[in-house]
Amino acid sequence: MAEIYGKGIVALKQMLDNKEISPTELFQYFEKRADEHEGKIHSYITRASVDYNADRPTEGKLAGIPIAVKDIFCTKDLRTTAASKVLDEFIPKYESTATARLIAEGAWFTGKTNMDAWAHGASSETSAYGLTYNPWDLDRYPGGSSSGSASVVSAYVAPASIGTDTGGSIRHPASWCGILGLKPTHGRVSRYGVAAMGSSLDSPGPMGLYTEDLALLLEVMAGKDEYDATTSPSPVPNYTADMQTKRTFTLGIAKEYIDDATPDIQKRIMETVEILKKMGHTIKEVSLLDPKYAISAYTIINRAEVSSNLARLHGVRYSNPRNMFGEEAKRRSMLGAYALSHGYYDEYYKKAQKVRQLIKQSFADTFQSIDLILAPTAPVTALEVGSFEKYPFFGEMMDRLNEPASVAGIPAMSVPIGLDGDNLPVGMQIIGPALHESDLLNLSYQLEQETDFFGVIKQGLENWK
Amino acid sequence: MSNKYTPIIGLEIHIELNTKSKMFCQCPADYFGQEPNTHTCPVCLGMPGGLPVPNEEAIRRTILFGKAIGCKINKRFKFDRKHYFYPDLPKGYQISQYDEPIVGNGNLEVYVNGEKKSFAITRVHLEEDTGKLTHKGGESLIDYNRGGVPLMEIVTEPVFHTSEDVKAFLEELQLIARYLGIANADMEKGDMRLEPNISLQLTEKLPELPEYKVEVKNINSFKFAQKAIEYELKRQEEILERGEVPPQETRGWDANTKTTVPQRLKENANDYRYFPDADIPVFEYTDEQLQEIYDEGMVRLPHERIGTYVDEWGVKYVDAVTLVKSKDTAEYFEDLVSANKTAGLDLKPQQIAAALLNKKIKISDDPTKALKEFKESTAPVETDMDKLSSVVDTVLRENQKAVDDFKSGKNPNAIMYLMGQVMRAMKGQADANIVKRLLEERI
Repeated sequence: MAEIYGKGIVALKQMLDNKEISPTELFQYFEKRADEHEGKIHSYITRASVDYNADRPTEGKLAGIPIAVKDIFCTKDLRTTAASKVLDEFIPKYESTATARLIAEGAWFTGKTNMDAWAHGASSETSAYGLTYNPWDLDRYPGGSSSGSASVVSAYVAPASIGTDTGGSIRHPASWCGILGLKPTHGRVSRYGVAAMGSSLDSPGPMGLYTEDLALLLEVMAGKDEYDATTSPSPVPNYTADMQTKRTFTLGIAKEYIDDATPDIQKRIMETVEILKKMGHTIKEVSLLDPKYAISAYTIINRAEVSSNLARLHGVRYSNPRNMFGEEAKRRSMLGAYALSHGYYDEYYKKAQKVRQLIKQSFADTFQSIDLILAPTAPVTALEVGSFEKYPFFGEMMDRLNEPASVAGIPAMSVPIGLDGDNLPVGMQIIGPALHESDLLNLSYQLEQETDFFGVIKQGLENWK
Repeated sequence: MSNKYTPIIGLEIHIELNTKSKMFCQCPADYFGQEPNTHTCPVCLGMPGGLPVPNEEAIRRTILFGKAIGCKINKRFKFDRKHYFYPDLPKGYQISQYDEPIVGNGNLEVYVNGEKKSFAITRVHLEEDTGKLTHKGGESLIDYNRGGVPLMEIVTEPVFHTSEDVKAFLEELQLIARYLGIANADMEKGDMRLEPNISLQLTEKLPELPEYKVEVKNINSFKFAQKAIEYELKRQEEILERGEVPPQETRGWDANTKTTVPQRLKENANDYRYFPDADIPVFEYTDEQLQEIYDEGMVRLPHERIGTYVDEWGVKYVDAVTLVKSKDTAEYFEDLVSANKTAGLDLKPQQIAAALLNKKIKISDDPTKALKEFKESTAPVETDMDKLSSVVDTVLRENQKAVDDFKSGKNPNAIMYLMGQVMRAMKGQADANIVKRLLEERI
């Protein structure tokens, strides 16, 4: 049998199509890897069995492909907790649109991955089910909130995963765990059946080791959904085909974003920029609104929406009582309720919405003269477990370079561009205009072809072989 | 009520739309008499990840209704979340409309006892209904079949001064909703609900508004609406006369005792933390789209029809009002009037109206045929005077008691009885006026 280890989902699909392996054997391979490594990384809250996947369609773009799913997607007959005790015993009777579309193409689910409870955070510290650890250094955070979806791929316990990104929750852990993560345009992938955090921000998206895997997963999940009125009616491009036509881009670098990162990260970014230049792309310095405005606007809008979205978990019918909410959820609900209360609405929420318009405008203006923006994904590489307690707004501190794209609702992707002095992966964001996911994937694919992501993916796999 | 005080009444009226599906999901909107919690889904149960998708038919109906009641239609409108905790509200918030409703202000003209009055409307917005709570032997049961049913809320200015005005206005709203076919608007079934805000102001202080208001709930018929308002006005007058100010509160109408009873004090205004619902995109309609909705759905409204019947056709106001109470009757009446003209039957619209209302013409009949039959039945009858004369004598002789009763004034209606006897003997072939005259002469 050919080697499975390290293969992405497109390559695995080839193996399945060639009958080199059966879906059950493939699934069992990852079950075995989970048995071996879960004790170290703790990626899953709930693992799924072969039986659970027994009725999957045998035909389709993902037929027999194992995928790990963030525990915020409601999965029919498979426990969904959002990493909170409030939903400890919750087994949905319905399927989220994103996972339903994966299932319709024959995907198998390996399990539900750990995360910050309700996606509140960037470390997995707020999960009620314990920490997830970073495969690059088990004393460090994987990032978050899609913590398990990043670590599970990084340690090759699953070949690919899906997560959600509200203010960096896909990009941030992808960068800290040295993998790829794509936050699509808000409304590109349906939010139906995804426990809501910030409704105007939440964007489900793919995570994996190879650009083609992300392209395929996005292709399957994206598109208009009659159950989500905010999904875009725009047709879904063939991302896989689009990325293979090499294109040259005008790439913008914003000082406001670079200055914020550690010297190592800045260095990796500048090295990547030099390579991109050599590859024929044009680099242009641009000026964007200082990310600090995005953080303020994001925080107010996010907390307001959180306070409203968590109100349904009152325990009258299906959930555990409200006293089972964790500290962070309570904090966010209180802050959000305050920002929306009479007399403060204008001062906080309304003002935040105005700032949001300015941020959108700032990006729109910038995209008049360039195609894509390059920026660090996070200001620092993976932090040591325990540092969470030092920052009351840990998530916002870590996501401050992610939140502008979230607030603007535009697509952004994190790709590995090397390691820092501590041998930890550095991620670079590629930010594009609304619905330009094809451009992001195109550039990612070029970097992959040209640099193999500076050997990061390869080394990550080497570490866990 | 003395003239010292003037009642100030503003209304909040909820009307459920009878659309096929609910406001934000595909569940059937019909809940009356259904097995509890059978018309539910993750969306209307407020399950994690459930998202609202607005029912465009409900929006279309609200636009139509707003237009019909003389209000401005907002081309841009949005939905907001209104937060409060209550078991009948699964999401912890109700999707409603706050500062940008579908329908803006306007005026509705209503005939109150023949007098045309105009009442100012503030707005009409669309929201979702809540679940239904039943309290039984210490337990509370919830039925979410009603949760998420489209609900219009009509808010008026405090422009009503009598319970009669309120009743007439409510009846007009009900009628318009039914004419448009958008709602059943049945108060007894709870499809239409009234919550009046009632207060009294010293007449000399007008137009300044009073410093308090009392909201009354649980009103489930037009009759009770009037009674509750009258009771409340009297109650408040007594308090004011004692030199006190009635507390700002919500009271409930108790149909058994015919009184209003306190429900909750409103000193601390609820903070609903309204904010735009990010799950629902803002709506922007063009003039053309609105026009299309009016063209497709607008009908001639009851008060317009009353105007035509009374002013142009000379129908009595009371008859006109009765005719328009049902759209079918009104339309059939108009068919009759037009058939009358086409067939050259020369009947007066008032005659036709009376015949229709007295059921001499049935709504199922072909208009022209019905009118012809009616005309024949009312034509003067040729009377055989010789035969009549002898029949009258016979009847008088054989019904001595009736004759005596009439003569002595004991029973003035006895003559009607005698007339009936004569008509029967004549097999209806006699002019009633002549029969009556002959009887009176000979008694």
